[in-house]
Amino acid sequence: MRLSHFDYHAPATVEEAIALLQSKGPGARVMAGGTDLLIKMRHAGLKPKAIISVKRIAGLDTIAFDEKRGLIIGAAALLADVANHPDVLKHYPTVAQAARGTANAQVRNMGTVIGNLCNASPSADNAPALLAMGADVRIHGPAGVRTLPLEQFFKGPGVTALEPFEIVTSIHVPTLAPHSGTAYISLSARGKLDCTAVGAGIMLTLKGRVCENLRLFISACGPTPIRARKAEEIIRGKELTVDAMDKAGAEASWETRPITDVRASADYRSKMVAVLTRRVLKQAHESALERL
Amino acid sequence: MKQVIELNVNGEPYTVAVNPWQTLNEVLREDINLTGVKIGCGSGDCGACTVLVDGRAVSSCLSLAIEMEGKQIVTVEGMAPSGETLHPIQEAFIEKGAIQCGFCTSGMEISALHLLNHNPSPTDTEIREALSGNLCRCTGYTKIVEAVAVAGQKMKEASERKPS
Repeated sequence: MRLSHFDYHAPATVEEAIALLQSKGPGARVMAGGTDLLIKMRHAGLKPKAIISVKRIAGLDTIAFDEKRGLIIGAAALLADVANHPDVLKHYPTVAQAARGTANAQVRNMGTVIGNLCNASPSADNAPALLAMGADVRIHGPAGVRTLPLEQFFKGPGVTALEPFEIVTSIHVPTLAPHSGTAYISLSARGKLDCTAVGAGIMLTLKGRVCENLRLFISACGPTPIRARKAEEIIRGKELTVDAMDKAGAEASWETRPITDVRASADYRSKMVAVLTRRVLKQAHESALERL
Repeated sequence: MKQVIELNVNGEPYTVAVNPWQTLNEVLREDINLTGVKIGCGSGDCGACTVLVDGRAVSSCLSLAIEMEGKQIVTVEGMAPSGETLHPIQEAFIEKGAIQCGFCTSGMEISALHLLNHNPSPTDTEIREALSGNLCRCTGYTKIVEAVAVAGQKMKEASERKPS
């Protein structure tokens, strides 16, 4: 099936891209890898009048780490490059793992982490771990630059906090606390290719043996990834026990609102939220202990 | 409005006038007549349209031709080293019976090329991971995985034979 007709622009600067968005109006779409946008055009009837690529903008493909500022991933940085970047693998293994678990090799060679976030699918593989780590998105718009916690970015399926003419230019992940561990586990019907049916991402920080703090996000079980705050409360300030993990899992199930669709039934999803909550707690706890 | 782009396909320079909405797949098949590049699902799931762009395996059905200015493209037609009729990967696919209907073959072989260029001795798991974006409805994959392992051996032997 052929794509509908559109104008194509590949501006050299963010400012130029924003000016183009303003001049082209609501029919314009921003594109990075195109692996979501072109599919929506081919199979879901989306017909943008103009496509504005961010791939020619200098510096937007950056993946940079420093001990003080943490990790910066630019809007044009490919999933494959994030998954294989030595600093990401070393300091943010869960970010690399989530990128590596997104789609297939071909899509990872075209698509971007930020594109995956901006597409705002409730099942986006790169969202839960980045949410758990307290990442911020950097947004450029006509009024300048603003920073928004990723936790406030997702508004519904395919809907984000982006205002008209705004572009996400990078995501910033803070340096992780020395005694912290992270994990992301996803389930899908047929392993590699299928969209995630249930996902859980966590960051857990230990003080001695006590879980001093944690952030737990469940994906594909509501209109956006959902923070399981009550489950967190069960764990916070205590040592991690099997009993506490069971209780937190059950609580996380209550906090999410899964639906039945082609990928899984609501009932299955609810049960798996409890299972994945236990698993990510255990895994993050183990990796935090290793770093104690 | 058409825009003229220059790209290199299988070692040959091409100048093509493209519309913004034309995919790399359409230009390769219809303008450059490389019909070894297939089109299956059109949504990046099946891998039949896989080509190398600057050494990376990508879905040509989800790549805009207009973004290919200055890029080096490799399709199944350009895999074989100059002077050879077949690439070791293609030989191995034939020897191992890894081809049945053949529709997935060109994409499979390009994904295998991408893998073996980066990892000459992959494990079975690494082969399966690298081919996880290529669907085959005939073979059940076993012969294909075996063929890629054999191809890796062949490529290593060939590079050892070559005087450096």
